[in-house]
Amino acid sequence: MTTEAAPPPGGAGTSAASPTAEEFEAVQRSPEFAALRSSHRSFAFPLTVAFVAWYLLYVLLSNYAGGFMGTRLFGNVNVALVLGLGQFATTFLIAWLYARHAAAKLDPKADAIKARMENGR
Amino acid sequence: MSTHDLAAATPVLASGAGEHRPLIITLFGLFVVATLIITVWAGRQTRDAADFYAGGRQFTGFQNGLAISGDYMSAASFLGIAGAIALFGYDGFLYSIGFLVAWLVALLLVAEPLRNSGRYTMGDVLAFRMRQRPVRTAAGTSTIVVSIFYLLAQMAGAGVLVSLLLGITSDGGKIAVVALVGVLMIVYVTIGGMKGTTWVQMIKAVLLIAGALLITFLVLLKFDFNVSELLGKAAENSGQGAAFLEPGLKYGQDATSKLDFLSLGIALVLGTAGLPHILIRFYTVPTAKAARKSVNWAIGIIGAFYLMTIALGFGAAALLERTDIIASNKAGNTAAPLVAQELGGGAGSTGGAVLLAVISAVAFATILAVVAGLTLASSSSFAHDLYVNVIRKGQATEKEEVRAARWSTVVIGAAAIFLGALARDLNVAGLVALAFAVAASANLPTILYSLFWKRFTTRGALWSIYGGLVSSVVLVLFSPVVSGKPSSMFKDADFYWFPLENPGIVSIPLGFLLGWLGTVLSKEKADPAKFAELEVRSLTGTGAH
Repeated sequence: MTTEAAPPPGGAGTSAASPTAEEFEAVQRSPEFAALRSSHRSFAFPLTVAFVAWYLLYVLLSNYAGGFMGTRLFGNVNVALVLGLGQFATTFLIAWLYARHAAAKLDPKADAIKARMENGR
Repeated sequence: MSTHDLAAATPVLASGAGEHRPLIITLFGLFVVATLIITVWAGRQTRDAADFYAGGRQFTGFQNGLAISGDYMSAASFLGIAGAIALFGYDGFLYSIGFLVAWLVALLLVAEPLRNSGRYTMGDVLAFRMRQRPVRTAAGTSTIVVSIFYLLAQMAGAGVLVSLLLGITSDGGKIAVVALVGVLMIVYVTIGGMKGTTWVQMIKAVLLIAGALLITFLVLLKFDFNVSELLGKAAENSGQGAAFLEPGLKYGQDATSKLDFLSLGIALVLGTAGLPHILIRFYTVPTAKAARKSVNWAIGIIGAFYLMTIALGFGAAALLERTDIIASNKAGNTAAPLVAQELGGGAGSTGGAVLLAVISAVAFATILAVVAGLTLASSSSFAHDLYVNVIRKGQATEKEEVRAARWSTVVIGAAAIFLGALARDLNVAGLVALAFAVAASANLPTILYSLFWKRFTTRGALWSIYGGLVSSVVLVLFSPVVSGKPSSMFKDADFYWFPLENPGIVSIPLGFLLGWLGTVLSKEKADPAKFAELEVRSLTGTGAH
C-alpha cells in the first residue's frame, strides 16, 4: 500500500469486539454471503437499468415524439400525461417491491451473518 | 424555469403584496420562534460527535423520511415547478419527474450500504478502502463545492423570493434578507446540530405538505374533482390550447434545448443519490432497515407533493389570467401564492390575504430548512473529512472534532452570507443544476465503484472525483449559465463555447470513465481484505455504528 499509517477502516474507531480482517474475508467467501450478495445484485442491478431506461425513454419521447405524446386518450388526458403519471406509478411500485424483497430475502440472511460475526463466531 | 427563473425574473410585486406584509411576517416569525425553541432543546442534548453529525442516530424511518423530504423540496420545487406548469403546462410537469425517479437509485444502491459502512459523511464510505488523506481531501472538496453552489443559489433565491412576496426591492433590504437567512441557518446548525436541523426539516415538510394539500383540495373542489375539466380549462385559459398539455412549450424550442433537457434529466436522476446533504441524512437512523424505510417514506411524500404541484400549476393556469401571472413574475414563481389568494376569495378579501400569507410563509420556511441542511453537510465534511482525518491525521479528540464542526459552520455560513449578498443581483440559480451535475459526475461514480467493484483503487477514486468535478465546473463556466445570454449570470460578458446549460451528458460519462481508467492504470492493486470488509459490512451491517 503506502507509507502512510493506515487508520482504522473509515477513519472510524472500531469496537474491541469487531471481527478481524481474516474473519471478514472468510465470511466474504462463504456460501451464505454469496447468496445474500446475489439476492441483492440480481434484484437491484437489473431493476436500476430498467427504471433508468424507462425514464430516458419517457424523456426522449417527450423530446422527439411530440405528435405521439399529444394523442388524446380520454377527455383532455393525452399519452404524455398518462406516461408521466406512469413514471410516478412505476417509482412507487419499485419502491414497494424492493421493500418487500429486502424484508423477505435480504434481511434474514444479513441478520444471520451479522449475528454470527458479532456474537457467535 | 424553477431553479433558473427564480432569480432570472425581474422582481415585480405580487399584486397588493405590501398590504399582506404584517400577516406574512407574523406567520414566518412564528415558524422561526418555534424552530429556535426546538433548536435550543436539541442543542442541550447534543454532546458528542454522533449527536452533532447524526442526531444521535435516534430518528425513526418515518421521521427521517419526512426530514429527507424537507431537505429535498426546495422553494425551487414548490414555487418553481408550480410556476413552470402554470406557464408552460406539461413541460413543467415533465421537469418534476426526474426529481422523484432519482430516489430509486438511492433506495436500491446507496442508502443501506452507506448507512452500514460509514459514520458521518460521504467521505467515510469513499475512503473506506482507499488511502485516507487524498481520498478524503477529494471527497471533502467535492462535498463543499456541491453544497456551496446549492447554498448560494438558495440564498440568492431567498432574496428574490422575499422581494417578490413582501415587496422589498431596495439593495439594503435584499442584503438584510440574505443575512437574516444566513444567521438563522448558522444558529440552527451550530446550536442544534443534526438533531435540531432534522426537526426543522420535519416541521417544514409538514407545513409544506399541509399547504399544498389545502390548495390542491380547493382547486379540485372548483372543478368538482374532474381532472380532465381542470386540464381543459387550463389549456383554454393559457391561450395555447392543446399544446399546453403536450411536450415542447419550454424544452422543445430547438435541437439544443432538447439536448439540454436530456442532459438535465440524466443529472437529476443520477445526482440525487450523490448529494452530500441527502447522504448524511442516512446516518441519523439506527439501522440500514430504518434507512430503507426513510427512503420509502421520502418517495411517498415527495411523490405525493409533486402530484399536488400538478393541481397547483394547472389550477393557476385555469383560474388566473396568464397576463397577471407574468406581470407578477416573468417565470411564474408567484403562481402558487397567487392561486392561493384567488381561492381564498381574490385580492382584497380577507380569505385571500390569509391564504396568500400562509403559502408565502411556507415558502420562507422551505428556504430556511434547505439552507440549514446544506450548511450542516459542508461543515460536517470540512470538520470530519478535512480537519480531523487530513489535517490532524485522525488524532483529534471528539470534543475538538465537534468544536471544529461548529466553527466551520460559522465560517461557511459567513462565507455564504457574503457571497449571497454579492450575488444578489446575479442569476446564480443555475448553480442548482450544477450541484446535481457535480454530484452525479464526481460523487456517484466513486460511491458505486467503491461499493460494488473489487478492483477499484485510490487513483480511480481521485480521477473520478476530480475529473467529474472539474469537467462539470469548467463546462458550466463556459456555458450560457455564466455568460453570453440575457439570462446569464454575467449578461454583459460573452465567453461561452459549450452550448448546453447542463453539463451532465458529458461530465457524468466522463466521471465513470475516469474512475475505470484510473483504476486500470493504477500500479497499486486494490486491497482484497479491505474490499471484503467493506462488502460484508455494507450488506450485513456488521459492526455498524
